Amino acid sequence: MSNPLRGEVIRLYKNLLYLGREYPKGTAYFRERLKGAFMKNKDVTDPEKIKQLVDRGEFVIKELEALYFLRKYRAMKKRYYEPEH
Amino acid sequence: MSARVLVGVKRVIDYAVKIRVKPDRTGVVTDGVKHSMNPFCEIAVEEAVKLKEKKLVKEVVAVSCGPQQVQETIRTALAMGADRGIHVEVSGKDYETLGPLQVSKILAALAKKEQADLIILGKQAIDDDCNQTGQMTAALLDWPQGTFASEVNIEADKLKVVREIDGGLETIKINLPAVVTADLRLNTPRYATLPNIMKAKKKKIANVKPADLGVDVSSRLEVLKVDEPPQRQAGVKVETVHDLVGKLKEAGRI
Repeated sequence: MSNPLRGEVIRLYKNLLYLGREYPKGTAYFRERLKGAFMKNKDVTDPEKIKQLVDRGEFVIKELEALYFLRKYRAMKKRYYEPEH
Repeated sequence: MSARVLVGVKRVIDYAVKIRVKPDRTGVVTDGVKHSMNPFCEIAVEEAVKLKEKKLVKEVVAVSCGPQQVQETIRTALAMGADRGIHVEVSGKDYETLGPLQVSKILAALAKKEQADLIILGKQAIDDDCNQTGQMTAALLDWPQGTFASEVNIEADKLKVVREIDGGLETIKINLPAVVTADLRLNTPRYATLPNIMKAKKKKIANVKPADLGVDVSSRLEVLKVDEPPQRQAGVKVETVHDLVGKLKEAGRI
């Protein structure tokens, strides 16, 4: 029942962990929160709910990618361009 | 279109790392420090992949020069969508003195060997800030160049490039083959996520030595010393305007 989704959840966890390596507050901080967030929902069995949580995880991935891009863009802009730009 | 794009990527110290000068002042600490692809190179790779997705070019080849570790950087480019990679092996002393002149000679030789129609590079590397490789490569190949590109379009057999210049934006039309260097606002690079990195493991990275390309990587430059920027002096707080005037007179400013 939750078996096909188990693979998806583990894949999501691995992807988030990979993204966490670049987290501004540090990899350890990120991993702690990530593990906590997943462990909080470890007893959920309803496939609908699991799908929802996985979607929320995908959303977090998008947010992290946007965060990393903005951080890098702003740093580059500050270093290489005049303030009026 | 049967065009092939060569994208040069450089492995540099990650932009977010606090740089420290080595105690012997010969360079910067690189051991154990996080490295990643130069941000402008990421933009270059993204542009090449975008051109392939629009079916304007057929193949994207990622190139990097350096020791074993630069293969990581090539893998990131492959994960972003490049088709195959070329690792030009340069290590030890040669790598320490590797600069734009040597890299542009290598890229020119590779462009001829691979029959590339377009070379896209980042405008400059965040470690040496040379901003020379693209221009030198174009000169060596006698190709036109579109530098500081914030927009690139292929129209018929020509390249339309919008360049960021001091006064604003300049639009030029140049013939292909050409060299383009990417500026910050060219595009938004995609993130190389874990699934993409896994898929990219199947893509090939060829190994080449500069000697195979007939390139001499010896440098004509010698680094004399590397220093940190001068420390900022602490400011002084004063109580009244009178004090301020007094302090300024003391410092000989007024």
